Amino acid sequence: MTVLLVALGAALGAPLRYLADRLVQARHGTPFPWGTFTVNVSGSALLGFLIALPAGDTLMAAAGTGFCGALTTYSTFGYETLKLAEGGARLLAVLNAVASVVAGLGAAYLGAALAHAFLA
Amino acid sequence: MPAAPAPRSQPSSQAVLAAVAAGGAIGAVARHGLAAVLPHGHFAWSTLAVNLTGCLLIGVLMVLITEVRPAHPLVRPFLGVGVLGGFTTFSTYIADIRQALDAGAGAAALAYLVLTVTGAVAAVWAGASLTRLAAAAVPRRAAEPAGEEGAA
Repeated sequence: MTVLLVALGAALGAPLRYLADRLVQARHGTPFPWGTFTVNVSGSALLGFLIALPAGDTLMAAAGTGFCGALTTYSTFGYETLKLAEGGARLLAVLNAVASVVAGLGAAYLGAALAHAFLA
Repeated sequence: MPAAPAPRSQPSSQAVLAAVAAGGAIGAVARHGLAAVLPHGHFAWSTLAVNLTGCLLIGVLMVLITEVRPAHPLVRPFLGVGVLGGFTTFSTYIADIRQALDAGAGAAALAYLVLTVTGAVAAVWAGASLTRLAAAAVPRRAAEPAGEEGAA
């Protein structure tokens, strides 16, 4: 049952990441991977929110492990960071890594704060 | 209605989305399964293993389909965006760091943070480099119709 919920959430999260990435990438001409950055930060915020509620096992499997897990990605993040570095944009590569982690953490704390405000 | 697509033409966006969704579900279920069997304390070994493995494999995949031999247009959406994107996770990585920080394990949080991000880029590089080396070692194989080989 849990496996099914994870699969269901991921079957929504992964295509949403693909669509969001295309939408964001189409709107700017810079080499910075804003698309992946956007989904990773958004997914971190939502997971932070869910953990702080705290969401029950069912919601966590579908929305947390499945949806947020598949909405966000480390493989594309790693690949794009390496591509930037190999293409001579070392500063952008480091900036991408640092900004993603810092913004992701900030977003997660923001999501948690929202959940607390929501429940208060 | 568009005519039946010719071979190697661009797949419909529905087909791409379906491939991404199916791959994402498979990848996420694999990640979920690994999380159940690997230990998860202040240092999230399971997420680290998942993210580094996924990065190694995207390095292999991207070299295979962009440099070694052209693949079916649904291979990248299914395996790259779907399976590996769904397998690896940034949100859980961030949640793991928060959990360690909130538990007062600042050193573990920092080690996990740095090890994952540097390891990820190194893993993509290693996967890509090893695949290039392997492809260069067997140049004819890649060009010839080698039949159904067990390229997992």
